[in-house]
Amino acid sequence: MKTGFWQVTFAILRKDMLAEIRSRELLSVMGLFALLSVLIFSFALEMDREARETAISGVIWVTVAFASIIGLNRSMSSEREQGSFDALLLAPVDRSALFLGKFLGNFVVVLLVGLILLPLGTLLYNITLITPWVLVILVLGIFGISTTGTLLAAMTAQTRARDALLSIAMLPIVLPVLLASVRATTSIISGDPTDLWISWPQILLVMDVIYMVLCFFTFGFIIEE
Amino acid sequence: MSDTPAVLSIRELVKIYDFIPVLRQLDLDVAQGDCVALLGPNGSGKSTLLRLIAGLIKPSSGTIEIGGWQMPKEAAAVRAQIGMVSHQSLLYGNLTARENLVFFARLYDVPKNERDDRIAALLEQVGLTKRAESLVRTFSRGMQQRLSIARALLHSPHVLLFDEPYSGLDQDAAAMLDDIIRHTHQDGQTMMISTHLLERAQQVATRVMILNRGRVVLDKQAVAIAEHQLASVYAQAIADKIPSDAPQPRIETSVEPAS
Repeated sequence: MKTGFWQVTFAILRKDMLAEIRSRELLSVMGLFALLSVLIFSFALEMDREARETAISGVIWVTVAFASIIGLNRSMSSEREQGSFDALLLAPVDRSALFLGKFLGNFVVVLLVGLILLPLGTLLYNITLITPWVLVILVLGIFGISTTGTLLAAMTAQTRARDALLSIAMLPIVLPVLLASVRATTSIISGDPTDLWISWPQILLVMDVIYMVLCFFTFGFIIEE
Repeated sequence: MSDTPAVLSIRELVKIYDFIPVLRQLDLDVAQGDCVALLGPNGSGKSTLLRLIAGLIKPSSGTIEIGGWQMPKEAAAVRAQIGMVSHQSLLYGNLTARENLVFFARLYDVPKNERDDRIAALLEQVGLTKRAESLVRTFSRGMQQRLSIARALLHSPHVLLFDEPYSGLDQDAAAMLDDIIRHTHQDGQTMMISTHLLERAQQVATRVMILNRGRVVLDKQAVAIAEHQLASVYAQAIADKIPSDAPQPRIETSVEPAS
């Protein structure tokens, strides 16, 4: 009786992408926030090259984390505003497919913001950020942030203080992902030998799997009452 | 209430929110083709009942059976038999009318080869063929409600639920909605409509049910209630169940104000 899992997942992803391409609501707000954040840090922190190498990873990841909070909040509360999330719950679909569809949409948008940040950081901090390994860390880090973020945004979207609540609930949970991402990015752009930092992407991968499994299986319980 | 076998059957349904019972041991059978108007003051449990039937919330105890499938054990099967129109549109403003329907057709697994014809027929039925490619956020409230009905009918549900569908509609839009509801009912659709508008309820419904404090206090065929008498029947049914010191419920006979 249930509609096919992947059919539902891709229908939601497609719907979210179509709505975003049309309105550019999330990308414009998150992109503008990311731009301002990196600019303010670059003016505020006048540092030598070594200090900049250390600081840039933190700037990038803090910006990604806060931009994703803005985006995730908006993405889920727009579902709640017209009651359309109820329409999703009314359908004979697997709740995990709803989660995966929403997660993929959020992941793509946050990743796009991350991809805008890298050339921006390179330009403003005069440090090469666009390397294959930094891109891998970006994908892994944003994956972890988006999984927990999607689940928590679905939970907090029903509350009045959702903006504050999502930050309060999400930041402590994604802290391990942020720390691993910052450490890995710093080592990579400093040109450290691979064996000094290769454990970080491995740790990130493990955390991503754990977060995904937990969120995937708990989403149904959490959204139904 | 009817000799036709029940398509919707509810037994000893209880819903408790924060230790407050909203529905108390509710029993209900709705036959195929019935159009039940669900009336009652605010907080009587109308919306809760509809949300329980739709599977949006879980009962504290009791059973709900639709088309032979039981909630919450066979929730997906029950959901496939339900269409719901709420006071909110449950639509996506940044998608066109057609894109909204295509999206929901995918969620309800409407066969690909039937999808386009079905969507075209429904848009025609609700009078939105010419606005099929317009973004839903440019629609008036009445148009959104009509599209909402098309969305709810997409998968040919056994039971159609309307939760305060007239909320925020002007007289013309409400009359248009009445027409669509009447035509849909004439096609044999089973319906439950929760509303505060007694006149409209009597015009469209075949059966009138009044809820108060989580209990059914009146359940009659609409034809058994004389025209223009529903307001007094309603007041009597509510007053009988309310202690004399409690505030009397508000009786509305006209269109609800915009929310």
